[in-house]
Amino acid sequence: MAETADQFFVILQHWLVGHVPASLQGVLSAVLSVVAILGVFASLFAITTVLERKGLGRMQNRYGPNRVGPFGFLQPLADGIKSLTKEDIVPQSADKVVHFLAPVVLVLAAFSLYAVLPIGRNMVLADLDAGVLFFFAVSSVMELTIFMAGWSSRNRYSLLGGMRAIAQMISYEVPLILTTVTVIMAAGSLSTVTIVEKQAGYTGIVPHWFVFTPWGFAGFVLFMIAALAESNRSPFDLPEGESEIIAGYYVEYSGFKFALFFLGEYLGMFAISGLGITLFLGGWGAPLPFLAWVPSYLWFFVKLLAIIFFFIWVRGTLPRLRMDQLMNFAWKFMLPMALMNLVTAGVWHFLPHGVLRWLVCGLLVVVPYVVLGRGLMQDSKLGKRVYRFAE
Amino acid sequence: MLGEGIAKGLVETARNFFGSYSNKDRLTTVQFPEERLPQMEATRDFPFLVYDGSDWQSGLRCVACQICEKECPPKCIYIEKSKDKKPDFVGKPQFYPAVFNIDVSVCMSCQICVEVCPFEAIKMDTEFELSTDDRFGGLLWDKARLARPNEHYRQIHPTDAAVSDAILAEEKAKAEAKAKAATEAKANPTPANVPQAGSGGTATQ
Amino acid sequence: MIEAAVQESTPGEETLLELSLGPHHPSTHGVFRMDIVLDGERVVKLKPVFGYLHRNHEKIGESSSYLASMPYTDRLDYMCSLTNNWAYALAVEKLAGVQVPERAEYIRVITAELTRLQNHASTIGFLLQEMGASGTPLMYAFREREIILDLFEALTGSRMMCNYMRFGGCRVDLPAGWLEQVGKVVREFPRFLDEFANLLSDNEILLARTQGIGVVSKELAIQGGITGPILRAAGVNYDIRKVDRYGIYERFDFRVPLGEHGDVYDRYMIRMLEMRESLKILEQALRDIPGGPIMDSKTKIRGFRPKAGEAYGRIESPKGELGFYLISDGTANPYRYRVRPPSLINLTILEDMCLGSNVADVIVIFGTIDIVLGEVDR
Repeated sequence: MAETADQFFVILQHWLVGHVPASLQGVLSAVLSVVAILGVFASLFAITTVLERKGLGRMQNRYGPNRVGPFGFLQPLADGIKSLTKEDIVPQSADKVVHFLAPVVLVLAAFSLYAVLPIGRNMVLADLDAGVLFFFAVSSVMELTIFMAGWSSRNRYSLLGGMRAIAQMISYEVPLILTTVTVIMAAGSLSTVTIVEKQAGYTGIVPHWFVFTPWGFAGFVLFMIAALAESNRSPFDLPEGESEIIAGYYVEYSGFKFALFFLGEYLGMFAISGLGITLFLGGWGAPLPFLAWVPSYLWFFVKLLAIIFFFIWVRGTLPRLRMDQLMNFAWKFMLPMALMNLVTAGVWHFLPHGVLRWLVCGLLVVVPYVVLGRGLMQDSKLGKRVYRFAE
Repeated sequence: MLGEGIAKGLVETARNFFGSYSNKDRLTTVQFPEERLPQMEATRDFPFLVYDGSDWQSGLRCVACQICEKECPPKCIYIEKSKDKKPDFVGKPQFYPAVFNIDVSVCMSCQICVEVCPFEAIKMDTEFELSTDDRFGGLLWDKARLARPNEHYRQIHPTDAAVSDAILAEEKAKAEAKAKAATEAKANPTPANVPQAGSGGTATQ
Repeated sequence: MIEAAVQESTPGEETLLELSLGPHHPSTHGVFRMDIVLDGERVVKLKPVFGYLHRNHEKIGESSSYLASMPYTDRLDYMCSLTNNWAYALAVEKLAGVQVPERAEYIRVITAELTRLQNHASTIGFLLQEMGASGTPLMYAFREREIILDLFEALTGSRMMCNYMRFGGCRVDLPAGWLEQVGKVVREFPRFLDEFANLLSDNEILLARTQGIGVVSKELAIQGGITGPILRAAGVNYDIRKVDRYGIYERFDFRVPLGEHGDVYDRYMIRMLEMRESLKILEQALRDIPGGPIMDSKTKIRGFRPKAGEAYGRIESPKGELGFYLISDGTANPYRYRVRPPSLINLTILEDMCLGSNVADVIVIFGTIDIVLGEVDR
């Protein structure tokens, strides 16, 4: 029973594909998976926009949107209709082809990222041997489209905004990839399916997820911070929130293309969270052994929603970092931590199981964190102050 | 340690998020126009003219002294005095305003006209949903639009109306006492008493 | 909107970027323009351009009577109307030699300190909003401000344009239960301050964005005629409530916080500390307020004609030293009516504060000067 619920969509796909002659079966199977991914993640985008506004609203002691539909859940429909009916303005001196292509390629690349994410047991679109490598290659295409948007608008400010965005995204790629390398070392493979399978199994009630090891925990935290920076979200949203001073790289876009940029950004955010879940949180695995009857794809989405809620929570709390502080943080704190994490993961692999392993690796994680953190704050002479009163 | 302040901030926001479901203090939105907060008694929006009784034309308290017109800071009141007189609430013949216009789009709700009026004739209303799409005269109110009964004043500003009514009752009592003294003096003429033209006509209320 | 023009220069010279943070801008507290010249990231020159909200306040004052100018003073610094009213009433009372009864003085102090609370709350809320905290601190600050504005409405009839002070006292007496509600605010406001401190005062990102930015030295502040929290954050002990002891402020026990570095963080923290001191003053005033008349019985409302002469009345408004200079020639209208606007005078050092900073810091520095365009342009 639980097996059928878990493999429901796989069984459904096989049944539908069986109706077609054998030569077309492969194509139809791929098309069905693609349609499913498009449908699910686009509606997840719509739901996330409402959840974000309502979540931020509740944090700020107010309701979010609650007029359109029950509890405001039809708000994305209203927003979509609004963005479709706006006039599409293209600057006269803009590079028209590149200007048009930038949002399109962004969305294309963002959707392609889902091909290697295992959403459930036996539910991955393309079981590539080098899945993680494919993921990072395509996410670099997303960075390229941001530069295309900034360059083609022929506006000094969108160029500056675009260049800042590129600088930010490139600097945060390095800790992102280095933390991924630790997982690849531990799992021994670049394939996402293998990485998830390596995290199956339980000791007692604790699953074998990589996040429950010292290097995995540090890696997960670094991965999440870098994911925030890659998706240009608060507190790293200076390229786009810089519209307080300099309009961002998509200032010259209006109407539906603007909506496509948002779609691409949110999809990128989901994809990178999905990768984080695959690498560190055990993919579609249940957290406790007696909960394995819940279908695997549900666990994936529960973990994804948890991470999305965390992103919304962070956005509602923290002010944004300035450009040079952002870069300082990436190069002077996250990179050394990621390198130390590599060493820790190696030490973890070669020490025998037991308390000694936890102690050594724990120290190898905590000590650099404290030292680097103190260095970062003292470098800029920041700290608490005490105020005196007159007389 | 790095991250401590950020963690404290996150805890605070989470407390507000979960608190907004249980604690009224943490969700202070009032869903206007379905829910409305009760209006304060002292609220002032735009002026209105008070009349006593049921006929606004004969009961209007305003005697067109034009003090409010002079004192109004943005000069939004326009008064034209009448040529004839009509009796007021103590029976004394007074002028009345033939034209009394207030340009509500200019009025800044400062309440100075209410303060300086010696006749308790102009008071502040509490209505604020007044938008109109008539650009040329919709916000220029004349006497008919401005007149409201004393019952309305008692309803919107109970304490102030009680004070105003007390002042008018006192004046009426003084006027009646003076009239009574004058009729008594007339009834017993002595060389020291000069017969006065009594103002003891019936008060038109 | 934001326009940019690039000066094409001869090769070999650096290209400076001229940016106009135009009057339509979400973060400039009103219609205000800054012409900034940038060298890469650093600000090289900054020129503030204002006057978009000029409404001839001083000229209107010359043609209106003294009473009719009172509602216009509400609209100067439109966030703090009661302190504006008090400054003007103080100037006229000095001019005409009018005494104010004791209960009215206590009411004036209570309303002025409530005004200071809601102004400082709103300022720090907006400062954090401009730093990108997507509105959360702003909403918390406004939640508290709404309670205080409701108190003003119950007392004066209007939330922001109060028109409450008169020459010789106050317009109406306190309604029933008002003092209890003020007591409730005094008891519950510290919870908001503690929440705010937890939310942000230790936050590393906030520290990184505000410490060391926009430094004002003591000498610069004194030479520029700066007053208010900026002066005290720079370390100069000058609070007009202690210096002039106008009203009955000498009866209250409160301290004046002083900063050391004069940067953005100091100005933010000084405002938080001043809010706590205001709560202390409120507590003492609520305890000691006597009964009695609220208006001097000899002063006329209409036909108020002070003798010929001049007077300057100043108070410590939440933004700085707000002063009114009046010259009377014995008629019903003043001969000269001049406002000393603290926001305008504090703006004069904007360029000195911003030179050498990043563009992203200009907005943050500007937010701490706490200007209101109604006062700058009058």
